[in-house]
Amino acid sequence: MSMLNMKSSTLRLLAQGILLLFWSAMAVWASEPKGPSPHGTNIFAPASTPAKSIADLSVFVLVITGIIFVVVFALLIYSVVRFRARAMDAGREPAQVYGSTQIELAWTIIPILIVVVLFLATARVIHAIEDAPEPAGAVEVTAIGHQYWWEFRYPQLGIVTANELHIPLSDPSHPTPTFLQLLSADTDHSFWVPELAGKTDLIPNHPNRMWMDPQRTGVFLGQCAQYCGTQHAKMLLRVSVDGPEEFASWVHGQQKPAVEDAGAVAGRRVFESNACINCHTVGGTPADGRFGPDLTHLMSRATIAAGAAENTPTNLRLWIQNPSAIKPGSLMPAMKLSDADLDAVVSYMETLN
Amino acid sequence: MASDAITVPVGQTEARPWVDELHQWLTTVDHKRLGILYIVSSLLFLAVGGVEALIIRIQLMHSHNNFVSPEVFNRMFTMHGTTMIFFVAMPVLFGFANYLVPLMIGARDMAFPRLNAFSFWLSFLGGLLLYFSCVGGSGLYGAGSAPDVGWWSYAPLGARAFSPGHSSDYWTLALLVSGFGSIGTAINIIATILCLRCPGMKISRMPLLVWMNLVMAGMVLLAITPLSAAQIMLLIDRYLGGHFFDTQAGGSAVLWMHFFWIFGHPEVYVLIIPCFAFMSEIIPVFSRKPIFGYPVMVAATVCIAFVSMSVWAHHMFTIGMNSYANSFFTLTTMAVGVPTGIKIFNWIGTMWGGRIQFKTAMLFSIAFLFQFLIAGLTGIMMAASPFDWQLSLSYFVVAHFHYVIVGGILFALFGAFYYWYPKMTGRMLSERLGKWHFWLFLIGFHLTFDVMHLPGILGMPRRIYTYEPGRGWDALNFIITIGAFIQALAILVFLANLVISYFKGARAGNDPWDAWTLEWSISSPPPAYNFATVPTVASRRPLWDLKHPEDPDSRYE
Repeated sequence: MSMLNMKSSTLRLLAQGILLLFWSAMAVWASEPKGPSPHGTNIFAPASTPAKSIADLSVFVLVITGIIFVVVFALLIYSVVRFRARAMDAGREPAQVYGSTQIELAWTIIPILIVVVLFLATARVIHAIEDAPEPAGAVEVTAIGHQYWWEFRYPQLGIVTANELHIPLSDPSHPTPTFLQLLSADTDHSFWVPELAGKTDLIPNHPNRMWMDPQRTGVFLGQCAQYCGTQHAKMLLRVSVDGPEEFASWVHGQQKPAVEDAGAVAGRRVFESNACINCHTVGGTPADGRFGPDLTHLMSRATIAAGAAENTPTNLRLWIQNPSAIKPGSLMPAMKLSDADLDAVVSYMETLN
Repeated sequence: MASDAITVPVGQTEARPWVDELHQWLTTVDHKRLGILYIVSSLLFLAVGGVEALIIRIQLMHSHNNFVSPEVFNRMFTMHGTTMIFFVAMPVLFGFANYLVPLMIGARDMAFPRLNAFSFWLSFLGGLLLYFSCVGGSGLYGAGSAPDVGWWSYAPLGARAFSPGHSSDYWTLALLVSGFGSIGTAINIIATILCLRCPGMKISRMPLLVWMNLVMAGMVLLAITPLSAAQIMLLIDRYLGGHFFDTQAGGSAVLWMHFFWIFGHPEVYVLIIPCFAFMSEIIPVFSRKPIFGYPVMVAATVCIAFVSMSVWAHHMFTIGMNSYANSFFTLTTMAVGVPTGIKIFNWIGTMWGGRIQFKTAMLFSIAFLFQFLIAGLTGIMMAASPFDWQLSLSYFVVAHFHYVIVGGILFALFGAFYYWYPKMTGRMLSERLGKWHFWLFLIGFHLTFDVMHLPGILGMPRRIYTYEPGRGWDALNFIITIGAFIQALAILVFLANLVISYFKGARAGNDPWDAWTLEWSISSPPPAYNFATVPTVASRRPLWDLKHPEDPDSRYE
């Protein structure tokens, strides 16, 4: 009996050793140089309850499967080494064994027990994440997937923005989780910010729901995970988790109509007399298109083209002039503006704080 | 062996004019020739699909690479997946089934030889149709293009609004046409096994390969039919104004997913069960022992077939099913691991106490066991649906199913090639080239697919043509690409071995492996009629009984 105990504890140690190696390997990869602020996309660095309970379950499953691996692998290696043909066998056949009911029963029942344990552990987490009630203080956001960008609407707050989702930090004692309603305007997409939650698809005619309650501030990266067309790769996603004051001031800024800068009248005229307004909205102006991202507070965003480029005047100019240079296959057309008009529109965009 | 001169009829060695020869191959209804046609055509498609994989890997070698455009990349992964599943894996397995099943049950041909030929040519035509999209994809007015909708062609991406032109129609037609071929072959295999067994070959005495192909054929009937139905519905949507999957007119994208995966998951078992079949023949012979637990192996196979019909929605854990549905599919998916585990244990039980000979076929089989074990365990991880919410649609999944398809199916197939090539050609494959092939492929495989799990864990989605630097994915992807090229090199060694050994290999004789099933009782390659006199068997290992009259299996059954 004590022998058996010792064996199983040795195995557990081994499994943990393998896991440890695995972890450290991942830590090394994850710690490759990255920008100062954005968090990575490691599923084992959770910052929110759904991602955390998934990571905990994952470790449990990894340990169990790790133990199974070690046991079966050891059996395989032992039989390959121990029962290899040797010269002294001289071509004689080994004892012909046809099977054993007891052994078959053993290796049927033990796996069934393992499956029962794994299933119960999993079902608990499924229920905890999927059936979580929405508390009173929750922030509601409607996320709409488009070929190849994200639209975010806050019905309670009257805010519309794109590609960079802002949500409040959730203090476990006063939770302010964010509940996302997921819709699609065209093809299937999938919302995946690995450190905040598992992914959920955005499917036309099939509204979905997901939630997260981030407990660390900062920018979390993610991207579309369901193949949605040519530029699936550059449908990137940034979630900014803000502290309470920051979030309130962001909300306040977004609720204002667009800034009217007298210095940018020329650019505004170009914008409004071209096809730009068919697709883009600038709050408080005649531009009310909904096919492309809302530009009312474009300058409050760090990136353009769904994260494909930094939001700098040079990139903006290039994007308006020739979107394919940044994102070939993007649905934004090249506007074919004269250089003067181009400069004017860019300086107009620069005023949309 | 000494008996060569007797076993090769004189008439067959005379050279015929090549037109005659070609005509015979094109019009043949012989199950052996059709089997070889299946295998050769799938090797051609393997080369094409392999080149597509290499293009994908070059593009992903480092971040922001510009080797191909996003459009070309999307076509490459669509064509790679479709080609490898429908025009490599299925035909090559049908080829082996065609070749081996009649020989192993002591039959002179398949039950319906002309249906057999028809099925092969349908499958092959399907492959040609898929590649014809490169010419006719955009219709008559423009340059062609291959489909770029992914090998699932999820709705509504496959609808006309998002896939104009005809490239995805060629995808639909290719699957529809080859699907009918698959259904024909499945019916043929079932009829052959049920009706043409030689005297004494009770259903409980059939070699496991035959058993497993029977189960596989049954699954093909159940799995391919919904796929064909869905393809017809898609055509109705695209050309007759239907709205099955047209979300803009109230259709359902999720309906397509159900149709596709109720085909797609059993399909995995359609592919892996014939590979279990190879293992169940090769491992006993090179361990010099009968299969451990024959009845349990049969029961486990049937059990896998049943359970795997109810696991399809584990491909859809991220579509927002409710917690009961997710729990149900978690349970069924984990449950399918039990009979699969039993099989692995039985193969190890077969080796246990044996005298294992490390021929190339056995090396591939041992590697199969190791890799299939890992593939099964990562499968259990993803069966835990919350874990899958993270791993699904990421490179972890890509690594997992390549572990199944390459580490499992392809390794088993290579084992089968080394084991039955002597029977098909009369020549042995070179063991020296075989070992080179094995070790190169093993190293390349692990370099590629072990490492590929990690970018998935680090948040890299599949099907992206490029990625941002600084995410920790660059170095990993570079290693993966190197591994892919080592695998390609190994495949070249394999192809060279097939060709060189055909002309220069050692003569095989009837029974080079000292094996026990009926195909080894006749000449290599077998004559057109297979058996001059239909054999009578008294046990599961008729040739063991012949070779060991003092201790025949028939005494214990």
